Formats: sequence, C-alpha cells, structure tokens
Amino acid sequence: MNSRRGNRVTVVDAGMLSLLQDGGRPGYAHLGVSRSGAADTAAMALANRMLGNVEDAAVIETTNGGLALRCEQPCLIAVTGAPVTVRVDGRRHWSHEVLAVRDGQEVALGMPAHGLRSYVAVRGGFDVPPVLGSRATDRLSGLGPAPLAPGDVLAVGTTDLPRPASDLVVPLPPPEPDDDVELPVRFGPRDDWFEPAARHVLLSERFEVTPDSDRVGVRMTGPALPRRIHDELTSEGVVEGALQAPPGGRLTLFGPDHPVTGGYPVIAVVRARALPIAAQVRPGQGVRFVQG
Amino acid sequence: MPPAPRPCGDTGLLLELGDNRRVHAHAAALRAADVDGVTDIVPALDTLLVVIDPARVSMGHVETLLRELDVGEAAGAAPRTIEIPVQYDGEDLAWVAEHCGLDERGVIAAHTGKPWRVGFCGFAPGFAYLVGGDPRLKVPRRAESRVVVPAGAVALAGQFSAVYPRRSPGGWQLLGHTDTPMWDTDAEQPSLLMPGDQVLFREVTR
Repeated sequence: MNSRRGNRVTVVDAGMLSLLQDGGRPGYAHLGVSRSGAADTAAMALANRMLGNVEDAAVIETTNGGLALRCEQPCLIAVTGAPVTVRVDGRRHWSHEVLAVRDGQEVALGMPAHGLRSYVAVRGGFDVPPVLGSRATDRLSGLGPAPLAPGDVLAVGTTDLPRPASDLVVPLPPPEPDDDVELPVRFGPRDDWFEPAARHVLLSERFEVTPDSDRVGVRMTGPALPRRIHDELTSEGVVEGALQAPPGGRLTLFGPDHPVTGGYPVIAVVRARALPIAAQVRPGQGVRFVQG
Repeated sequence: MPPAPRPCGDTGLLLELGDNRRVHAHAAALRAADVDGVTDIVPALDTLLVVIDPARVSMGHVETLLRELDVGEAAGAAPRTIEIPVQYDGEDLAWVAEHCGLDERGVIAAHTGKPWRVGFCGFAPGFAYLVGGDPRLKVPRRAESRVVVPAGAVALAGQFSAVYPRRSPGGWQLLGHTDTPMWDTDAEQPSLLMPGDQVLFREVTR
C-alpha cells in the first residue's frame, strides 16, 4: 500500500478478513463490474459521521473482529457495525464511541458476540489510490486493494468538515446469534417462474445461512421453491439483494460483490433498507422472509 | 411497446425487450437521457436492467421515463467497429473444427468472416459476450473447465465468442489468442469492448 506524508496507520493483525470499503463503484455494471463497497452501508456511514467524514469515506470492513492497527500519528477512530470491544494499548473501550488514539498506540478489536462485520473509520478516511473511482475491494472482480495483511501501511486523508458534538452513539443491537433474522422482500422480477406455492414457502419457512457465504452472496439451505417454468433463463442483470433460486434449492442473496448478471430466476429482492441487516447475518443463523 | 418493466426490489427495473439490438438501442437512449439517480444500465442478451438510487430518483419517475423513451435515434446510430487481430493457435481449434464439420481453415474463415456484436458483458471486468457470428460455430463448453485460461485467449461456447480479458479459470473452447489488451483499469475507458460494439476478428500469423 502506498504511504505518503501525513498520518499513517499500520496493520498489526488483519483478523480473519479485513478489506478496505467505501460507497463502491456504481456505473460500471455494463462492463461486468459490480458496485462492491461496504456490505453494511449504514454502519459505514455511521462511523464516518461520528468522525465528521463524508459518509462514504473509505473504512476497514473486518469480518468477525480480530483486527489490530497501530496509529503512527495521533488520530480519531470509530468502530461500528457488529459490536466489539476495542482495546487501545490494552485499555478496554467499546465500539460506537469516538476514540482519541495517541501516536504509537495499538487499537485491537475483539470478536463480536453477534453480528458479523465491524467497520473501522479514521478521521480523514483511509487514503489508498482509488480504482475506477473507488477504494473498495471487490472480491469477485479482484478490483481495488488487496485484503489487508500485517505490515500494510495505510495513509490517512484529511478533512475540513467539523466534528459532531457527540462522541458516542447507542447502536441498535443486531439480533442475538440464535435469533432468526427477519428480512423484508418484494416479489419479482421472476416470481411468476415459480409455482404459487413457492411464494408461500419463501414466506413461511426458515432458511439457514451456510458457512460458504461471503460478499458475493449469502447462501442458505432450506426447502426447495417449486418452479412453474422449467426453461433455462437467459442470463439477465441482477441487483444487490436479489434472491436467486437455482433448482437445487440453495437460495442465494446477492451481496455487494455479486456477478452483474445471473442465469437463475430471482423470486424476490430484499428491501434496500434491510441490506445492512443481511450483511450482519452469521453462518448457522436462520432467516425468515416477510413481505413488505 | 415493450411490456411493463419487472420491478427488482427498490433499486431495479428489468425491461424485457426480446432482442439484443433493441436492448442496446434502449440502453443508448437511456444513457443519452442522462437521468439523475440512474446508477447503472445493464444490458443482457434480451433484457435491460436499469438500476436506480432510490434516494435520488423515484421508481415511478423512471418508469414513466422508460415508457416515453424515444429510442428511434439511438436505434439508427451506427455501432463502433473494433478489429481484433488473432493468432489461431488455440488448443481446441481441431476439436471445434471436427465438431462443426469444418476443417481448421474453415473455422478461422467462419470466425473472421462475419462481424460479431457485444451482446453484453459479465463474468469478469471487460469480458464481452459476442453474438451474431457465423451460426455454424455453435459448440458446447468443454466437459472439464480449465483451471487457467491465459489473458487474450479467443474462445467459443454456445452461441457466443469472447476474448478472456485476464488470466482466469474457464470452460470455453480456445481458438487462438490476441495481444490486444481487453481491459486497462487505469484507462479512462477501461474496457476495449462496450455493449453494442461490432467486433471483427482478423487472422494474423506472426
């Protein structure tokens, strides 16, 4: 990663998976490039707002905690998303507060008890070179920075925006790990390719998230959704949140790095407001779909 | 008049146009209209997906706009033609020739003899699904996918031809390769091929 004059942050431990993310790169889907960007855009925006950054400044999206950073200069940091403990040189703090970190101090995230992805923002935003207008790492297309690794040095940008007066927010707790998550959907674009019973199955049965889920898609096991039209669908454009139903019954909820087109019919799409919730669902957790 | 678009949640409208040329005419007209809040216009073989940012524009507004879209001028515009030099030295050339009932020269003549059109892009950045080529060149994918297909490989599968923009796994039948870069992330226009472009393959022998 490039380093230049100004504040820098060094990655000490990247945890399971830590990626730079921002608002993503819309506008390139016709060339085979998805939006990418933060999976939980609400958590990204909140972390940035707490520090007076623009809402889509680059942040670190870390999956299941474990990330540790060293601030080479004094900086302000906020962690949002899946709630975690945040130790600053061993001293215990919590996510969802603004932390003033002194130079040389280490910031270490614990593991979330619930939720999946935490977001680490720094005042000024992480300033790596943008690719097609975005600093997001796209796991499908390979565009954007590589996943973070120990020793990476990240430049920190600057901002003239004022900081908000409050330095603490009360997060809405994500559901407990054992709870089923409720995701509102709208039927279509291809619900007519399924038997009417399939709509009922989707709205009444429990689907369980499997460990092979990633930013490309949340994959689930559950009852099959009976098809009415058995033709092969000609590949067509798909949106983030689309529920693609291959004949085998492995329902896939397309995430930010989804392929731009899909060849299986999409029975329904998760409402945009619920995508941040979908981004926090853990493997083994149940999902229930509701209409609305 | 195309059927009413199929809604895709809060952010998408899927237009069924039934024909790839109509897809590109609609895409061009919509691009020219430059609607604030329309973030992506995604052509596929016979559909067009319009993606919006619901914070900036309403679905109803875009639906009305699509109904009233004048595609006449865009439909009449001549497509760009991109020529791609190819060395026909691919590992599957002989197999393709046998499958299509041609000899290798016949496959090359068929592949270069008729212009292709970029039906849509997908699979990888800059991977263009080319349609409208010689109908004799219809081949199944390989029974077993290759772990590595080199960048620049020129290939066939189903009704499509394509050039692999970068090294990747792939199950298409390889006819040859080109040195022409298909994708440059740092370029203002990163993809050599854009949906709707016409593509002519030209044989070169080094």
